[in-house]
Amino acid sequence: MNKEEIISILSEVKDPEIPVLTIADLGILRAVEYTDDFIQIQITPTYSGCPAMETIQEDIRAELAKYGLKNVEIKQVLSPAWTSDWMSESGKQKLEAYGIAAPAKHNCFLSGEDKPESCPLCHSKNIEMISRFGSTACKALYRCLDCREPFDYFKCH
Amino acid sequence: MDLLSNYIIHQADNALILGHRNSEWTGHGPILEQDIAISNIALDLIGQARNFYQLAAHRINEMTPGEKITEDDLAYLRDVNEYKNFILVEQPNGDWAKTILRQFYFSSYQFLLYRELLKSQYPEIAAICEKSIKETRYHLKWSGEWVIRLGDGTEESHARMLDAQKDLDPSIAELFLPADFEFEAEASGAGILTEDLKIEWYQRVNKIFETATLPTVSSEKKAMQLLSGKKGVHSEHLGFLLAEMQFLQRAYPGNSW
Repeated sequence: MNKEEIISILSEVKDPEIPVLTIADLGILRAVEYTDDFIQIQITPTYSGCPAMETIQEDIRAELAKYGLKNVEIKQVLSPAWTSDWMSESGKQKLEAYGIAAPAKHNCFLSGEDKPESCPLCHSKNIEMISRFGSTACKALYRCLDCREPFDYFKCH
Repeated sequence: MDLLSNYIIHQADNALILGHRNSEWTGHGPILEQDIAISNIALDLIGQARNFYQLAAHRINEMTPGEKITEDDLAYLRDVNEYKNFILVEQPNGDWAKTILRQFYFSSYQFLLYRELLKSQYPEIAAICEKSIKETRYHLKWSGEWVIRLGDGTEESHARMLDAQKDLDPSIAELFLPADFEFEAEASGAGILTEDLKIEWYQRVNKIFETATLPTVSSEKKAMQLLSGKKGVHSEHLGFLLAEMQFLQRAYPGNSW
């Protein structure tokens, strides 16, 4: 087994709260080192209090154990701080297909323009915010004024 | 425990105690979306507190041979007089107006603090602040919008904001009074004296108050004479909060889920 194979195994680990995204799609898998059967992994939380981090660590261990890889160290790193810009393009597409609007480009929050481009269901641009906070810390709640459906927006961060 | 450990614990205590207070709203928010919002803010704050406690525990263990304390020991096994949080954050929730104003005052402070601590020469402190400031920026925006909505809202909401100001304004001055661990933090380059944040804090807060048609607050106000949360001299409220938060670890030491 080499490092690339380990990375591809890890790339299958899903986010427990948004199961269409893998930890690689989200950009929270930061580094992998593999020497002498010892695997060192660095992950970074999306938000400080993200309750998924512990489940993700367990899932990483379980996934590697399937391949007999048990000598694993997982370290949480805080800097550089995670940004939604690290989400992959394919991750953004999967998110939209799942019904969650993908994050706008970085720094949009600073300029006060952090909002989804369009409704992920009918693609109308006629949308409004319901709440700055949604079902998890990383999402806000919006509604579409054309198809009338509410939807989650993965916030720019 | 050295002064710099206390400086880190002070940051953790503020985040934990306000996070705990906010979590008391979970299931009781005025509407579902805001119940979720305040619970999310609680989660962010408790996450920030954990990062600071882990850092402090690591430092204490490194400096003290044989010591093996954890973040849980710091959160669950210290008593009132060992807590170093501000009097502001331990204040009871009251009504929604008071909770909002308390959050707005604290987030305004925490945002300026974290912004300065990005330059901390203690890399782990800078890393936590780099992570946390994004969350705090959001808390500040959310609470500021609510201050405006309530202040410039109905006669009732305006009156409640005035009551909230009356309740909380005596706790402001403490934010900018130095404690011994802050002198040490400043001297070593790890931290700052919060006195340097004072002018900007009042400018920013009063700007929102003007939009909210609320009276501005004066920076001339004196601190409360007897209480100083930073020094461990708390209001009676903190004891009740800890009694609830720490109950399980006190009654069943070392128990876990």
